[in-house]
Amino acid sequence: MEAVQSQVDTSCYHCGDPCEAETITADDKDFCCQGCKTVYEILNENELCDYYDLGANPGVSRKEEGEQSVFDFLDNAAIKADLLEFASAEHEKVTFQVPAIHCSSCIWLLENLERLSTAVISSQVNFTQKQATIHYNPQEISLREVAELLDKIGYAPLINLDSERQQDTQKNTYSKRLLLKMGIAGFCFGNIMLLSFPDYLGLTGIEQSYQSFFRYLNALLAIPVVFYAGAEYFVSAFKSLRQRFANIDVPIALGISVLFLRSSYEVLANTGAGYFDSLAGLVFFLLIGKWFQNKTYRSLAFDRDYKSYFPLAVLRKEGAELVPTQVSELKKGDEVHMRNGEVIPADAVLIDESAAIDYSFITGESEPVYQQKGDYLYAGGRHTGPMTRLIVQKAVSQSYLTRLWNDEAFQEESQSRSLVDRISQYFTIVIISIAVLAAIFWQVTNPANTWLVFTAVLIVACPCALALVTPFTTGSVMRVFGRNRFYLKNAAVVERISDIDTLVFDKTGTITRTNAQSLDFVGDALSASEQDLLRPVVASSTHPLSRLILAALAEDKDLTVEHFEEITGKGVEARVAGVAIKLGSASFVGSDAEKEVAATRVYVQINGVVRGYFKVRSEYRPGIGEAIHELSPDYKMAVLSGDNSSEELALRQFFPMGALMKFEQSPESKMTTIRQMQADGRQVAMLGDGLNDAGALKQSEMGIAVSQDVSNFSPASDAILEAASISKLHQLLNLGKRSKRVIKASFVLSFLYNVVGITLAVIGVFTPLIAAVLMPLSSISIVIFTTAGVHMYARKLKLN
Amino acid sequence: MSVILILIVTSIVVAILFLGAFFWAVKSGQYDDTYSPSVRMLFEDKKAKSEKDMSHG
Repeated sequence: MEAVQSQVDTSCYHCGDPCEAETITADDKDFCCQGCKTVYEILNENELCDYYDLGANPGVSRKEEGEQSVFDFLDNAAIKADLLEFASAEHEKVTFQVPAIHCSSCIWLLENLERLSTAVISSQVNFTQKQATIHYNPQEISLREVAELLDKIGYAPLINLDSERQQDTQKNTYSKRLLLKMGIAGFCFGNIMLLSFPDYLGLTGIEQSYQSFFRYLNALLAIPVVFYAGAEYFVSAFKSLRQRFANIDVPIALGISVLFLRSSYEVLANTGAGYFDSLAGLVFFLLIGKWFQNKTYRSLAFDRDYKSYFPLAVLRKEGAELVPTQVSELKKGDEVHMRNGEVIPADAVLIDESAAIDYSFITGESEPVYQQKGDYLYAGGRHTGPMTRLIVQKAVSQSYLTRLWNDEAFQEESQSRSLVDRISQYFTIVIISIAVLAAIFWQVTNPANTWLVFTAVLIVACPCALALVTPFTTGSVMRVFGRNRFYLKNAAVVERISDIDTLVFDKTGTITRTNAQSLDFVGDALSASEQDLLRPVVASSTHPLSRLILAALAEDKDLTVEHFEEITGKGVEARVAGVAIKLGSASFVGSDAEKEVAATRVYVQINGVVRGYFKVRSEYRPGIGEAIHELSPDYKMAVLSGDNSSEELALRQFFPMGALMKFEQSPESKMTTIRQMQADGRQVAMLGDGLNDAGALKQSEMGIAVSQDVSNFSPASDAILEAASISKLHQLLNLGKRSKRVIKASFVLSFLYNVVGITLAVIGVFTPLIAAVLMPLSSISIVIFTTAGVHMYARKLKLN
Repeated sequence: MSVILILIVTSIVVAILFLGAFFWAVKSGQYDDTYSPSVRMLFEDKKAKSEKDMSHG
């Protein structure tokens, strides 16, 4: 029984991942890696194992994170002051962004931090924003130690520079104010409606004396609706008119003001009840539409620039000491020390003997580049290996990679006008002409009615239903997308989807998976004894490729290495059991193979004979082939890769004939290629994942960042697509296109309401009662029609 | 007759109190995160639990 059990796939008690390479057992529980076990032990020691009872395997896998995050920059006074929300001698408060928060166990653990460290006073989690607010006593624990404590239990905080946080609070206050406005409008709408009933039902005899009381009360209640809740429509209308353009808010603002003025006049002159209930209802419904559309993914960041990839601070040598310094303060000539895994923040020159730099952020190429003393290192490279010294050559903002952000594509947000705004231009003109014509007609036939009809037309034409179409359609589409792990930056992106005719893919990380790599051996298969010879050699080497080779070799006999020498940038020379072994580049091993092909290869020489080479095989994302196949008939397809062209043939199998494929593209050339496509009149959607795609993502009509884990870093984009959902891309884009049909059909519907209303107004029978019925009826039917339409299409496309 | 006036004024005052409560709720951030409070109330009381464990151990 026990023997059988060990054969069964075990999953990690902490994170739930399958235990593949090794299974560590402690306390009768299985763990997939040392990191997970450590977290369990910490929690166990502190009686926090309730964590595991609240949800199955709630932990965050610790496998991927090789190196511990470094937080010593939090000792820097300037950074600290920027982060702390409150500071006194015995009490400090900080709010960290913790992307790993994902379930109720996370909330429980993070709110029980005081049981892990007595210095923590209290902590509270905001789940929707993935934030943890921590109060602690600075006498006993420093900010850095708080961050390290979180990191230790698997909830490493993500620390951003101030600008991004400011944007966050701005968004936050806006949505709060919107809620308040909705509250006011709803409150007034409800009360006005109740107080209007007596007038509608007819008052007799003695009740007449209440009439003016009700009316004045209504007028009073309408004031905050117009001047507080509805104020943003006036502001928006005014702004758009100043740009000589009538957006949808212009007829709305016109409608609101005419409604208010005419109703006030009627009440003051004691000629009628006015349309206060319609007015309040109108504003209330419009605000609901705004709120529905305003659903954003606040825990996701769409506007990150290069700064989020860079460390906040690096160790700078000042005199004899190493001081954590904000990267923005680095100057030419500064000496900085890079630790393992840190990203080089500015172009610099290496002053140590050698270093391995991983430029995958910039080029998409995952193999580290070996650099010698005096080599020029570009910002954005990740240093791997022991601590290395560099001399900064350029300030951060002037470095090779960051210069990209000075490009005009980053300077201004493109302002495409939405369909409803384009329609409303003509709408406004038509409405005003109808009102004027009707007024002229009545002026001739019965002048007493002129003003009544003129205002009635403007009131009834107020495009409430029209204004609700887009928010509710796009809002519903965004919700369906969100359930399918496709997150849009804002509602305007939905309308852009339908114009897209070209899809451009990045290769590494988008079509292929970033981390999963395996090796193929090309040549006569290695015998078991040959594999035994190679294994101890690669096991002694620290090169990342050696680890991949090690995993590819079968395990049998253990041999010891007699001689071992690693020549940086070339390969390894060793002697095992009397046999000379050489591993490395073609020239080093002495292969007569064709000159250094682009693909990464490790040649193997045993006893002076070249046996063949290992080749890195990148793994394609599951379902990508089918996805591209489905998309091909509808879109022009292209691939822009920073990597070399070694996979072109493999890619051609997926892509249609004649698809554009460009390799070894720099971040700038990706952007220029997109620009050329746009110059040819194409509407481009770019799918990419790295900093090297940042320019292209920004330049394209719709930049989609593909991310393994949406809470991780992703470059600035219009949308974030979780990698697993890339197979659904065709359905998702189709839903975006169908939503435009829903919008158009709803426009027709709302125009019909307007035609009915305007007809009634022109012939002079538009009473407050008709307004009170027609207005909510049209709004609610539009809301139902749009949401039902979107969900019907979503079900047809098998999106849940 | 004036009883209607009193009733209406009272009802509006009551409604304004509720509106005020809504304002307070929004401003104190109760709408910022609508998920964690629902989970938080289900967590066991921490102190009572650790005391019980100690008496067992």
